[in-house]
This record gives sequence, C-alpha cells and structure tokens, in this order.
Amino acid sequence: MTFLRLLWLHVRIGVLNELQYRGNLVVQAVESLFGLASALLGLGIVFAKTETLVGWRPAELLAIVGVYFLVGGITRVVVQPSLARFMEDVRLGTLDFALTKPVDAQILASVRQVEIWKGIDIVVGLGLLAVSLARVGESVGAARALAFLGALAAGTTIVYSFLLVLATCSFWFVRLQNIFVIFQSMYEAGRWPIGVYPPWLRGTLTFLVPVGFAITVPAEALVGRLSSATLLGAIALAVVAPFLARRFWLVGVRHYSGASA
Amino acid sequence: MIGLADLYRAQFRTTLATQLQYRVALVIWLLGLVLSPVVYLAVWRAVATSQGGAVGGFTAGEFSAYFLATMVVNHATFTWIAWEFEYRVRQGTLSPLLLRPVHPVHRDVAENLSFKALTLVVVLPVAGLLSLAFRPTVATTPWAVLAFVPALALAIALRFAVEWTLALAAFWLTRVEALNRLYFLAALFLSGQAVPLALLPAPVRLLADLLPFRWFIAFPVELLLGRLSPAGALLGFAAQAGWLAVAIALLRVVWGRGVRRYGAVGA
Repeated sequence: MTFLRLLWLHVRIGVLNELQYRGNLVVQAVESLFGLASALLGLGIVFAKTETLVGWRPAELLAIVGVYFLVGGITRVVVQPSLARFMEDVRLGTLDFALTKPVDAQILASVRQVEIWKGIDIVVGLGLLAVSLARVGESVGAARALAFLGALAAGTTIVYSFLLVLATCSFWFVRLQNIFVIFQSMYEAGRWPIGVYPPWLRGTLTFLVPVGFAITVPAEALVGRLSSATLLGAIALAVVAPFLARRFWLVGVRHYSGASA
Repeated sequence: MIGLADLYRAQFRTTLATQLQYRVALVIWLLGLVLSPVVYLAVWRAVATSQGGAVGGFTAGEFSAYFLATMVVNHATFTWIAWEFEYRVRQGTLSPLLLRPVHPVHRDVAENLSFKALTLVVVLPVAGLLSLAFRPTVATTPWAVLAFVPALALAIALRFAVEWTLALAAFWLTRVEALNRLYFLAALFLSGQAVPLALLPAPVRLLADLLPFRWFIAFPVELLLGRLSPAGALLGFAAQAGWLAVAIALLRVVWGRGVRRYGAVGA
C-alpha cells in the first residue's frame, strides 16, 4: 500500500510539474506520432509483399506494436525517469536524502520521477490493441483476457527488474547515463515478433534483455497463440526476477558510501 | 599563415583525443548503429523465406548483403549536426565559432571525418562478424566496386551538406525536434535503410528518385552490390553531383540569412 500511496503522490507532483511546460505535450505528441507512423509504414511495406510474417498475420502483428507502445510507455512514464534520477543521485551523492527517508529506498528510487506526457504512448498502445482485436475478429474470452493481463504484468515486472539491475550497476560504475540508450535500441527490436530473429539474437532478446517476455509474449496471449507453458514460464520468471534484482540492489546500497562520507 | 589543411589536422587530433576519452559512449553508440539494420535484415530475410526464397528480386542472402552494406554506408555518411546546432544557437556556443577566421562548416567537416576514421576501425570488423552470422551473397563486378569509392565520397559530401543546411533551421525555430524527426522518418524509408527501394510501390519510388535521400545511401549500396547497370551508375553520379550543387548553394544562402538572425543568447 505504501507503494501505491507513494506512486500516487509522485504522479500528482509530476502532473503539477509538467503542467508548467505544456509545450512538452506537443513535442511528445509529435514524437509518438512519428514513432507510430514509422511502425505502421514498416508493417505496411512488409505486408504488401507477404501474407504472414513467421506465422503472424497483419492484424496480429498490430497487437505486437500495441504492446510495444504500451509497455514502452509504462516504463518511460515512471520507471526510466525515476531510475535515471537515482543514477544521477548516486553520481552526485544526493542519494543520501532518499536513503534516510523512512520508506524503502528501492520503492522510492523507482517511483520518484513521473513524466506524464510520455503517457501518450500508453494511449497509442491501447488504441492499437483495440484496432488489432477488432481486425482479428474473434471475441476475446475471459480466459484469454486474463492470460493477456497476466503476461503483461509479468512482462512489465521482468522489464522493471532488468532496468533496476542496470541502474544498480551505477553504485560501481558511476557514469552510466547512457545505459538506458542501449536498452532503448534493444527494445526497438521488439516491434517485430522475436521469431524473425536468428536463434542467437532470439536468445539474447529473451534472456539477456527480456524484450521477448515484455512484448511478444503478451501479444501472443492476446491473439491466442500463447502456450500455457510459456505463460507459466513468464510468470515464474516474473516472480524470481524482482527477488534477484532486490538482492542485487541491497548489495549495491551496502556498497554506497555517500557524498560526504 | 595557417592554411585549411593545418586546421583540419588540428581538428583531427582534438577529435581523436576527445573520443578516446569516451570509449563506453562509443560502444553504446555502436550498438544502436548495428541493431537497427539487423532488425530490418532479419525481417526481410523472414519475408524472403516465407515467399519461397526471394521477394522483389532479393534472396535472403542478398538481403543480408544489402543491409550490411547499408549499415556501413549509413555509418560513413551520418551526421549529428541537426541535433547539435539547436544547442549551439540556444546556448550561444556558436558565438566563439563565428569569431574564427574560417567558416564554421570546416570545423564540423573535420570533426565528422575524424570521428568516422576512428569508428570505421570498429564498424568494418563488426560488419565482418555479422556476415558470418547472416551469410550474405554478393555478385558484383570489379568496375562497380571501383565506382563505389567516388560514389561513397559524394554521398558523404551530399548528406553532410543537406543535413548541415537543415540544421540551420535552428536560427528560426527554438525547438527543431519535430522537424528533425520528420526528416529522419522520411530518410528511413526513402533512403533505402528500412527497405530496398525496389520493394516500394511505384509512386513512392518516384518520390525517392526525386529527393536527395536515395542518392546518399541506396545508390552507393546498390552500386557496390552490382545491382546497377553502367547507365544507372552514371545517372546516379549525375544526381549526386546535381543535388550536391543545389545543397551547397542552399547552404550558403540559408547560412547568410540565418546568421543575421542569430541573437547570440547567453554569450
């Protein structure tokens, strides 16, 4: 509950903050629009030449693009900005102020910075999912919807754990600002089903950088292509990953010596 | 008397020293550069396979060759000036550059070339490794490979002139982000980076012929891979030279007008 209260508090602060810079809404809208245009143009050109791509029909691939925007939006609204601020705090030594607060420092470091305009990507993602479902033309039963929500929650948790591990590395390597840029370019590979990639890259995108779990698996659940074994695997990983990330975080915090110390 | 050559040499040394300080940043940038062509490569290979081996005149192996060559040409030609110029105008860091007795464009040309010389040492082995993974098939001719050298040089000059001119928009706009994004979106599809131009619908292909994008990426790539006839190569050189002349003329006019608008904020 503390987590939700803190998150809500920082969402409110974030809203107040960003309402001062309303021009950013336009900039973000333009960015999302061009992102959407490039994704859809890519799909259009590919499906002018083929009916299916590694077994995915156009409407089903739209679900992948939808999940790509949705999960990307979720991490960019709160997780990435908060962790970026955390890494900056480590560098400057101002993490002291977060560590001395009476709440869990990991939670605080994960929700402290909210950039609401990035939420446009969430809206775009939901819109794409709706269009995809309408195009696929089958009704989504309760079981499938539940599997989708489960896979989405699992994927988001796995990505969060991964980003937390990356950010925690800044306790040892102080200047790591660019590390999220790496993640971003890997994440973009997730706009396509990971089945198109050769095995070595597929393995990388599943287990090293968990893009497959974040995007392909939830989309598979939505269009009814997901085996229950994969879903169970994703959920199992979503239970283990945050636990391991937490352990790593604790080791890192113990390593932190502060600015003035 | 210090000539332009000395200026270029000095800039080469400084860029080299600066970049070697930021080795991790170099690696990160490299990953981004490699990943995007690999994504399109994998997608188009999958399309070729699903269509019984070839699509639009490309087999899976030819797609590999195409996108690996595109990666190298894109690396050789790309510039970051469109993002940097906004910062220079907004922060006023353009002012000291204006005080120098040579046109600021020379500094950027020298910096760009030295950065490329440094990074090409990494990009070429990476392209080699990727060709082990993706097994490209190439059927080119010696004259095409020879002709590729001047085509690449012209492509570098052309893209630089076009993007330097575009960057000057920062004199009139405070945020050039939207304009840059539009430019890069158009370049992604019309230069042949996302898809070989032969696979685009005819009207889009005509648009690509008329705009400069194609001439600084797709043309050198197709030439290198032996996909062009001698007549097509000559036409390409003519288009490159024509666009280069237009871009340089535009650069001079726009620079002359823009620099008069420059308010030197913060200086």
